[in-house]
Amino acid sequence: MDLLGKLGWSAIPLDQPIIMGATGFMALFIVFVLGWITVKRAWPYLWNEWLTSVDHKRIGVMYIVLAMLMLLRGFSDAIMMRAQQAVAAGAAQGYLPPEHFDQIFSAHGTIMIFFMAMPFVIGVMNYVVPLQLGVRDMAFPTLNSVALWLTASGILLTNISLAVGEFAQTGWMAYPPLSELQFSPGVGVDYYLWALQISGVGTLMTGINFVTTILKLRAPGMGLMRMPIFCWTALASNLLIVAAFPVLTATFAMLLLDRYLGFHFFSIDAGGNPMMYVNLFWVWGHPEVYILILPAFGIFSEVVATFSGKPLFGYRSMVAATMAICVLAFVVWLHHFFTMGASANVNGFFGIMTMIIAVPTGVKIFNWLFTMYGGRVRFTVPILWSIGFMVTFVIGGMTGVLMAVPPADFQLHNSLFLVAHFHNVIIGGVVFGLMAGYNYWFPKVFGFKLDERWGKASFWCWFIGFYLAFMPLYWLGLMGMTRRMQHYDNLAWQPWLVVAALGAAVILVGIVCQVVQLGVSIRDRERNRDATGDPWNGRTLEWSTASPPPAWNFANLPHVTDKDAFWSAKQRMRTKQASLAKWGKYGPIEMPNNSATGFINAFFAVIIGFAMIWHIWWMAGLGIVGALVTVLAFAFRDREEVEIPAEQLAQFDRAHPVEVMA
Amino acid sequence: MNIAVEIDALPREALPAASEAGPASKRIVVAYGFWIFILSDIVMFAALFAAYAVLARATANGPGGAQLFSQVSVAIETACLLASSYTCGLMSLAIRSQRRVGIYVAAGITFALGAVFLGLEVREFADMIGRGATPQSSAFLSAFFTLVGCHGLHVTVGLGWLAVMMAQVAIKGIRPAVERRLLCFALFWHALDIIWICLFTFVYLMGVRS
Repeated sequence: MDLLGKLGWSAIPLDQPIIMGATGFMALFIVFVLGWITVKRAWPYLWNEWLTSVDHKRIGVMYIVLAMLMLLRGFSDAIMMRAQQAVAAGAAQGYLPPEHFDQIFSAHGTIMIFFMAMPFVIGVMNYVVPLQLGVRDMAFPTLNSVALWLTASGILLTNISLAVGEFAQTGWMAYPPLSELQFSPGVGVDYYLWALQISGVGTLMTGINFVTTILKLRAPGMGLMRMPIFCWTALASNLLIVAAFPVLTATFAMLLLDRYLGFHFFSIDAGGNPMMYVNLFWVWGHPEVYILILPAFGIFSEVVATFSGKPLFGYRSMVAATMAICVLAFVVWLHHFFTMGASANVNGFFGIMTMIIAVPTGVKIFNWLFTMYGGRVRFTVPILWSIGFMVTFVIGGMTGVLMAVPPADFQLHNSLFLVAHFHNVIIGGVVFGLMAGYNYWFPKVFGFKLDERWGKASFWCWFIGFYLAFMPLYWLGLMGMTRRMQHYDNLAWQPWLVVAALGAAVILVGIVCQVVQLGVSIRDRERNRDATGDPWNGRTLEWSTASPPPAWNFANLPHVTDKDAFWSAKQRMRTKQASLAKWGKYGPIEMPNNSATGFINAFFAVIIGFAMIWHIWWMAGLGIVGALVTVLAFAFRDREEVEIPAEQLAQFDRAHPVEVMA
Repeated sequence: MNIAVEIDALPREALPAASEAGPASKRIVVAYGFWIFILSDIVMFAALFAAYAVLARATANGPGGAQLFSQVSVAIETACLLASSYTCGLMSLAIRSQRRVGIYVAAGITFALGAVFLGLEVREFADMIGRGATPQSSAFLSAFFTLVGCHGLHVTVGLGWLAVMMAQVAIKGIRPAVERRLLCFALFWHALDIIWICLFTFVYLMGVRS
């Protein structure tokens, strides 16, 4: 078996009914989808229009589809953990053995952060940012596609670990020395490391792409202080990606060297320093939470302004708060481990910085409240998510400030109080924001609105389910329950854990409502069709083009003269009684060619990752050669762009007589 | 009277602010994006430098920098790399004036100097490993080999890139896309110099002092 490294038939856990059941379900699902595509003869369409597309809109949609699938995967892990903890008290051992439970909480955290929240946020940014900036695509369209498919590679590797081998049992941070070869000899940590290294490279590419796009490609007249707030938050988020993800790459590279070549970065012998990993990890990890939450703040800003019918209150203070958070994000990392044993002065510094970072966040909350104040708020689904966010996030923020006090943190460290806190800000902040954005921009993406009734049902289930699931965890944390317990003896905890499990079930109903909402909306799409391209009476440029927008977004780049560019253009048109028909000259435009580079490159990335995990060195070598050849083939391509003739542009605009800007 | 008044006197609408001028040209966008990449690369090196700083004294009773580093060899390496940056600059001038022979000659010398640098580094590594100072023997050596090796890996990638670019100049000619890539290569090559200066200072100069 030397030819296949560590891989053998024993790698497939045939004796584990739960894992094999999940694997079987996944396999059936994949076979069903592939079969359906084949029956519909959709392969050429899928390949030409999606898999090889370098259009930022298509790529954004694919990111979001991936994220939603991973939400289901990560949520099934959550339900399993809640069920286990609801029953495994006292004499009862529950239905999950410890080694499986450990894999589940590790996979849950890894998937939810890296493969649900990140792709969702990046997907929304991909779709919306170029449209809001009034340009035709990202700075580097093919790189965008490469990044998407590298993320997909990481996702695939993580899910392969379900069927072949195992996943990490170390928690989603993979702290050494537990994650060193000595204590985790299996392939679980290797799956974790390679999946995240590969997708991390993709994320870095995304960061570079967005920073360049936002700072160098904006419609004429759109100065920085005229950008929509979502673009500002996307800029801050991607600056954080560029500055933080390389640290994660370096840290994981060091751990890989420890595990594969016997280096001593984080080992407990020969001078290695495990706490250095913890520091480096959170130097990335704390900015990461702002990478996720800042775009969500941007979504809320757009939604609140649009549905209040008012310009955002305090635009400049919002920009300043965003950039302040962007900088402060790098000086708070130590609050994740006050218990490390640093001096009181060090802990004091990081505690105070953590409290300070709450100030710009508070500024934002007040800005949203004042935007709504005196406005005519339309209570649509996106605004419900926004209001639910404001209530929930303030609670989560306050428990965070509580834990920023080092002496208090010594009590709460690694307790369920912490688990409740970060779910409170990540679900109440990031997930609610993404749901608001999903409902808000869906009509732009597909040309019809999502069903309101099912959307509202979904919101209320999520909202109530969240409180049921996580408020008991605060209490349990204060009672002394630590995180990640497969089994516990204190029967006083059990009632609270049963309530938490019920809460998870209510969230499940919320997710089901969302699936139904999508199905119902597709069924009734003709009734919900939006022909104007501007279903919400929007303020920013993405609403000035057709829904769905043409591949080129804007036949003529809009000229921006003000903040809320589309709103002010609509005002001008109203006062001048101008016609809404399209005017102006059309010239041919150049659009980038589709490219299979991203997809093929990701194929080889999966080969490399899988081969490295199982120590199949020849296969890893082949993968590297393949990836190299792919990149070279791209570098030597002859045709870089296609020209779209003016007549086609004019034809599209005649067929979609939307409000188009001068 | 003074400059401020002069500026105020200018008509406001005359020139749009730079940030309102519309999408930048492709050359600017590509170079800017590559700058951002270089910054991210420097952040990665910063993490490795930090790890080295933490572990520099963790020699596990094994040899430290003072016993291991050969300053003569490192001085020659430094000279080679800095000289290769100069010839890389000459290559940029040749590209601007579209002289193909000049490009080949400058690129050839750059490549040769980079290869000499790499050869000396490999010899240094082999020499240390031969004396039993392997990356497995102490945390200090793990950090040293990783930090310096990562720079060496970058130089290797750079040499490969340069070779590919010369093939592109030969096959595709000096067209705008090729010019942009050569511009990015030059940025990359100079950035490796900056990182090497830090390596030279923090690892080799400060390493032999103690």
